[in-house]
Formats: sequence, C-alpha cells, structure tokens
Amino acid sequence: MAESRSIKVDYLARVEGEGALDVRIEDGRVTDVRLEIFEPPRFFEAFLRGRRSAEAPDITARICGICPVAYQMSAVHALEDAAGVQVDGPLRRLRRLLYCGEWIESHTLHVYMLHAPDFLGKHSVIEMAKEQPELVERGLRLKKAGNAIVALLGGREIHPVNVRVGGFYKIPGDRELSQLARQLETALDDALATVEWVAAFDFPDFEVDYEFVALRHPDEYPFNEGRIVSSRGLDIDAREFHEHFEEVHVERSNALHCRLKQRGHYKVGPLARYHLNHGLLSPRAQQAARVAGLGDSCRNPFRSIVVRAVEVVHACEEALAILADFERPERPFVDVPAGAATGYAATEAPRGLLHHTYRIDAAGLIEHAQIIPPTSQNQGTIEDDLRQFIAPRLDLADDDLRWQCEQAIRNYDPCISCATHFLKLTVDRR
Amino acid sequence: MSDKPKLAVWKFASCDGCQLSLLDCEDELLTVAGEVELAMFLEASSARVEGPYDLSLVEGSITTPHDAERIRAVREQSRALVTIGACATAGGIQALRNFQDVEEFTRAVYAHPEYIRTLARSTPIADHVKVDFELRGCPIDKGQLLEVLSAFLHRRKPRIPTFSVCVECKRRGIVCVTVARGEPCLGPVTHAGCGAICPAFDRGCYGCFGPAASTNTPSLADHWKKHLGVPDDELGRAFLSFNAWAPDFRAEGERHG
Repeated sequence: MAESRSIKVDYLARVEGEGALDVRIEDGRVTDVRLEIFEPPRFFEAFLRGRRSAEAPDITARICGICPVAYQMSAVHALEDAAGVQVDGPLRRLRRLLYCGEWIESHTLHVYMLHAPDFLGKHSVIEMAKEQPELVERGLRLKKAGNAIVALLGGREIHPVNVRVGGFYKIPGDRELSQLARQLETALDDALATVEWVAAFDFPDFEVDYEFVALRHPDEYPFNEGRIVSSRGLDIDAREFHEHFEEVHVERSNALHCRLKQRGHYKVGPLARYHLNHGLLSPRAQQAARVAGLGDSCRNPFRSIVVRAVEVVHACEEALAILADFERPERPFVDVPAGAATGYAATEAPRGLLHHTYRIDAAGLIEHAQIIPPTSQNQGTIEDDLRQFIAPRLDLADDDLRWQCEQAIRNYDPCISCATHFLKLTVDRR
Repeated sequence: MSDKPKLAVWKFASCDGCQLSLLDCEDELLTVAGEVELAMFLEASSARVEGPYDLSLVEGSITTPHDAERIRAVREQSRALVTIGACATAGGIQALRNFQDVEEFTRAVYAHPEYIRTLARSTPIADHVKVDFELRGCPIDKGQLLEVLSAFLHRRKPRIPTFSVCVECKRRGIVCVTVARGEPCLGPVTHAGCGAICPAFDRGCYGCFGPAASTNTPSLADHWKKHLGVPDDELGRAFLSFNAWAPDFRAEGERHG
C-alpha cells in the first residue's frame, strides 16, 4: 500500500524575494525536489540594450536592494575590461572598501535577522530582541557600520550613486574617512563576538561533497578581481566563463539555472570562498575561524553562518587597513574610452560569484548584456542539498520537516530578487 | 494577541530595497517594533498574523496576472495602504517593458518563453486599488519612511515635501552642477526626498524619486538641448529610467525617445 503525505508552506520567509519549494515523497522515498521561483521576471538584460554603457552601474544596481554594490562592481569591471582599462592604486582600494561595506551590511543582515532566528527557535530578530536585547543591538550596530561605509563612499546605503565606470564621481573628505575608522574599530570587536556566538549554535550533522567555485587572487581574499577557480581544478579567466558554464531554463523557475558544462551543479558563496581562499583571510579572521573550529574547509551548509561571520571580521579588518593607508587619488576616476568591444567580469557578491558580460557598439550603447547572479548558480545545489537532507529525516512530523527544509534553503541566503527574483514550500507525500 | 496597530509589508515585482529600508533603520527598528505589531513581514519574520491590518506597506509593481489578484486581497485586508518606492508608485524600472514588446523581451532573456507568465505592462499599485499615500524614491529615504509610519499610526497626514530636488540642493548650499559645469541634471523636475545626493557627489540628478508635484519638463528638456547640447536620444533615456511610467516623465521621454 503506497503511503502518501502532503505538506505545504505557501511562502518561505526570511529570504530576499519570492519562491516555493515542492517536495514529493512516495513510499518513503524522495522522488522530486523543486525549488520554484515565481518572483516575477523583470527583464533587465532586455532593457539594458540600447542604454549607454555608463548607465549600467546605476541600472543593474536595481536588480538587488541588498547587494547593489556587487552589481555596480561587476558592471564597471566588465565595462573597463571592454575598454582595456585597469583601475589601480587608491581608486582600486576605495572600491575594495565599498565592497567591504556591502559584505558587512549584507552578511550581518543574514546572520542576525534572517538566519540566527532558525537556530534559536524564533520567528524573527524582533522576537530575539525581547530576550536578548544587547545581542540584537550588537548586530544592529555592526550592520550600521557596514551601511556607514556604503553611505559615505556611495552617497546612500541602497542603490549608491557614486560608482562610475573608471572610479567614482567624488572622493569623500579625509575627516569623514577617519570618523569611519573609529566606527569600524567597534565593528571589528562586534564581528569577533559574533563569530563566537554563532560558532556555539547546534548544527545538524550534514556534509556535502560540493564542487566549490569562487574567485582566487594571488594576494587577497577575493572581492573584485581574480581567476575563477574550483575545488575540482577549474582555473579560468572571467573572459572564458561562457565556454565552461551554461544557463538552462527550467519550467519551475523564472531564474535560469547555471551549470558547469559536462559536470553539473556547483556551489558559490561564503563556503566556496573560504575553501578556496582561507589562507588569505585577515589575521584576526583566520584566528577567529580556527577558534570556531572551521578548519581548512567547511562542507556543512548549516555552518555557513559561521563562515559569514568570519568574513565580516575580514571585511572590518580589511576596511580598517585600507583606511589606515589611505592616499587621496589625484582624480576621482580614470578616463575609459568608448568603442565597440565586449567585456567580461566576475566579482564576489556576498552570496557568491556574480558574472557580467556586455557587448558595446561603436556609439557606446549596450548591444547585449548577460548577468549571472549567485543564487541562480546555487539553485541546482539547493535542490541537491534538500534531496540529501530530507532522505534520512522522513520520520519527522510534517511541521518539523518543513521547518528544517526552510532552514536548509536559508543556509544559502538565497536572493531570489537577484535570481529573477518568493519562496513557497510544498511537501507532497504520496 | 496584541492590541498594538498591525503593520504588514507586502512585496510585488521589486528589488527588496525599499522594505530593506525598514531593517536599515538600525537606530529605530526596536522602537518601531515596540509601537506596532509586525504582523506580516516575510523578509524579516516567519510569523504570520492574520489580517485585517491597520497599515500595509506595499513594495513593487504589478507585472503578473497573479499579482493583479493578490493586490486586491491586500487592499481588502488593509485599513490604510501606502506604497513605498518607485516600483509601487510608478511601475519601476521594469516599466521600460511598457514601451516595447514584452514577448520580444521574454525571448531575449529566456530560452523557453512559454514558461514565463507575465503581463505586457508593469503598472503602479494605484492603477489597481485605492492607495492612501505614495512614498517615492528608488529607493525610498528611511527618514521619510519613519515619518510616514508615525503619521499613519497617529492618523495624521505625513509631512513629505512635494517640491523639487533643486530646493533641497539650494538649502544644502551645493554649487549647481548645471550652472557651474554644464552638467545635465534632472533636479529641477524631480521630487525631493533624497537630500540632493547626486549633486553633492558632483553629478547631475538622474530622477530616481520621479516627478515633483509641478514640473515643467519641456522647458528643462529645451535647456538641455539648446544650452548643454544633449542629443534627443540621450534626453529620451534620461526621462525613461527608474520612473519611466510616471505620467510627466513618460510624456517627456516619449517626445524625444
């Protein structure tokens, strides 16, 4: 006699965007796991065509309110690649500083507001604040420090206005930058305390043998530059991306799935960056990772919260180092000549590798744009994780199983707004 | 159960940035949470309290048949409904589809256009249901968001100025980028609220708060053309961006596009 159970959650919470999960279980076996993304499509790649290339950083920022800097950075680097221009020196360091701000803000949002409630059995950070106000205040203070970097360098926290192809429109004053350094010293202490706090959470026993993909740079934990490498030997330039990766359109999702050709699903994001680059973390981030017991690699997606916290330590320390050695650039930007060309770039958004391609015509207008966000690259891997995770847990009651599946999805800090853009969870047992 | 006013936050087609503005109120978030019951705010909480709601904040534009139904259900459950941001108020950047063939757009982005269910137009919330207040901006300003929350909780009118960015810019004592450097700037026709950040960063305003209450866009366009040498196609693009479907910007953009 076939057993059939059905579990449904209409809207998955504490993720950015709208999606659903549909799990089918027949005779005690998981037969299908489908992450459905019904966030409405917004067609960025279509309406970028015919826009001036200089508009790309302002327009692509609107793909995501949580990580606009990532979109701006991938856009400007791809457009500079098309023009054969390399932005170096103090301007390059200021771009790293801006990215540090976004990592601190976005990771802290996820660690404290979206992910920690799962481990504490709460619905929200507001519920957490009723019992542990000091802890929540620490998270808010840390997030505010990240936002302070973005607001100072970018003009505002969400959709900053100061990024342009070639550099910035204006460089902030020395006094404002030194005030920022004081705020970041407190932030570094808060970040270290955060690692200690999350490392003590109770994590399910669950490890996955992922192929990790991230940028790798010889001297730096990656933000804006580096080769695209994997834990299974991939080592390519951003220009070669489309030769090795492919996008597949599946019916259940308004976001395209990205796969490695001939190999399939892979994982981007904090665990991938950590696996491939942990030796390049800042000294205190490395020490915090050791104390937290992360080792050389972390293959338990539930512990991604610890890796995010470690990356926040890194971003605070890196930001402080950039500010300590700050030299004012002579001009806020370098000239980037127009001309027909194609440019490619990948940068490390908080959620992982973000690849942009632009083909520009002789008049400086965009002829073709292709944007591959981290969550669309992770979609297949999220489904694989769930298949593996659910199988030994089928004896759980529907409510418990549903809660744990939601958690397993939140491990990825999925940004569905980016990936197209709602999470609904349906477990159908037959 | 709580006797505090019930606040709900809803998302339609958008980037999540405007609802994030509430979580970005790091200094005020816990105070706000003390004054209202966050009854429905999926980005921040997995708790779901049934309606009706005293105040609904709506982010995003209507782009699918399902969302056109959903916004009516939200309106029915809400005593007051406030739209937050350019998508909910003017259709957002995704309203650029309204000027083109959406089927062609779908083919450009997706391998299987037949899997995609979408409307030909991205439209503001007020095209579908009664809206009690529209807060502008791409993204909204969090200070203005707090003012709107406070006003609605005290059942008074929000104090949100409707003059142009130029007024904010002059008040800050910023040197005019158009007068001093011949930089095209949409400040004279753009709704205030951002604090004139673009001119403060040495660039012209690009209109992300949409049109101010009374605008003379033809006069500004004429000035750009005659005195700043801005070509027609550039003028068209300047008006047709984050608030392309706002009537004043749309009309001016179509004159040049």
